[in-house]
Amino acid sequence: MAATTSAYDPGPPPGPVPAAPRAALLVLADGRFPAGGHAHSGGVEEAVAARRVVDGATLEAFCRGRLHTAGLVAAALAAAAALGTDPVALDRAADARTPSPALRATARRLGRQLLRTARATWPHPELDALASAFPRGAHQPVVLGAVVRAAGLDGADAAHCAAYESVSGPASAAVRLLGLDPCDATRVLAAVAPAVDRTGAEAVRAALRVPESGTGALPAASAPLLEIGAEAHAGWPVRLFAS
Amino acid sequence: MHLHHDTEPHGHHGAASGGGHPPVRPDGTRRALRVGLGGPVGSGKTATVAALCGALRDELSLAVVTNDIYTREDAEFLLREGVLAPERISAVETGACPHTAIRDDISANLEAVEDLEDANGPLDLVLVESGGDNLTATFSRGLVDAQIFVIDVAGGDDVPRKGGPGITTADLLVVNKTDLAPYVGADLARMAADARLRRGGLPVVLQSLRAPDGVREVAAWVGARRAAWVAHP
Ligand SMILES: Nc1nc2c(ncn2[C@@H]2O[C@H](COP(=O)(O)OP(=O)(O)OP(=O)(O)O)[C@@H](O)[C@H]2O)c(=O)[nH]1
Ligand SMILES: [Mg+2]
Repeated sequence: MAATTSAYDPGPPPGPVPAAPRAALLVLADGRFPAGGHAHSGGVEEAVAARRVVDGATLEAFCRGRLHTAGLVAAALAAAAALGTDPVALDRAADARTPSPALRATARRLGRQLLRTARATWPHPELDALASAFPRGAHQPVVLGAVVRAAGLDGADAAHCAAYESVSGPASAAVRLLGLDPCDATRVLAAVAPAVDRTGAEAVRAALRVPESGTGALPAASAPLLEIGAEAHAGWPVRLFAS
Repeated sequence: MHLHHDTEPHGHHGAASGGGHPPVRPDGTRRALRVGLGGPVGSGKTATVAALCGALRDELSLAVVTNDIYTREDAEFLLREGVLAPERISAVETGACPHTAIRDDISANLEAVEDLEDANGPLDLVLVESGGDNLTATFSRGLVDAQIFVIDVAGGDDVPRKGGPGITTADLLVVNKTDLAPYVGADLARMAADARLRRGGLPVVLQSLRAPDGVREVAAWVGARRAAWVAHP
């Protein structure tokens, strides 16, 4: 029998390819993006020690709580930065929304690490300007929004990335801290994914109000136990994670 | 016992950048040489760092970055020993994964190096210790310019034979605690021969830090690397 060629025919090109970048967001949101996140637990180390997080179900509750508080605030800050709001004003807004000095220090350290990696990844004059304005680091969500801009992404991308990070960090830390089945941790992330999407959308709506109403339009939800836990954790002599 | 006097640069030289300092400072001089020390738990990395500081601090402006698994033991040991002023020692927290912090995500280490330079002025040499990890933990070339892998005779004299990237590719392999060989029945000649076999022409030093000036050969190797580094801007 004569060899037949494949029946597959891609056909003519389908017209202009949509220009919206998407893969850059995957690069940025990848847990392996080398910006220091691996050394931080997002408060889950303290919650594990206090036995508030012991398994997949309690990890999910922790993640939902963090998403709707710190995650929402981070997502709105990131979206506003991505939409071009002045980073100095946003950084002040982030300070005002972060009562714990330990968490403020962590946010700045992670912002500085992210900026270092991003400037090597997506060189952009706005990132250089941000680095000169904040040599010791700006709050990580503010930097994230600026990086999203430099990567050609938009406010919704920034919000989703920040909201997702607010739960993905604790989930991977819980795998190390509890010996949790990694599939359980990933299932938790899938279960909270619709809430991550809703949080991202809510954050963008708030960020869109900033040009008219100022940074006061940004959400100021806070999780007192995360703030208190972070202060306690910072004083531990022996710990696996930096925060 | 220095098996090879080979101080030629190996590997990718001057490649360390990774969003870190450019190899040349604005005034045209080369930035500090960064040397990583890795190897299994308890092999003598911190003791080697402390001895190197003692041997080199009079001629070079030095700083140390430690990467502990879950404590600040290494940094605190160096502080207690008083080998360097406290502002020359910085501890990076690694989220229980030193190998990640020295290889896959070096941002915190690069920052620590930058902060040490800011606090102490131009440095000649920065030693970066990785907390004891496994035999596959090696440093990124974006973080260090040369790496030393430290094993000890008490960890088993078959470790050089087993190989792994640290043993085979480090710029210098140190077999430490030779003073313990008689007590643990380790065959030093065999360790040296196996290491030579695994490493092609790369140098190996057998040392005991219990001996007077036990770190001499490693200090000489670091000094030669530093001289070669400064000579090619
Ligand atoms: N007998 C002997 N003991 C040594 C020698 N070098 C180091 N030690 C001892 O070995 C122990 C471990 O040394 P460290 O320098 O802390 O080892 P390390 O590799 O830094 O350990 P981690 O950072 O925990 O992985 C200490 O008690 C040292 O005093 C040596 O040459 N001979
Ligand atoms: Mg040590």
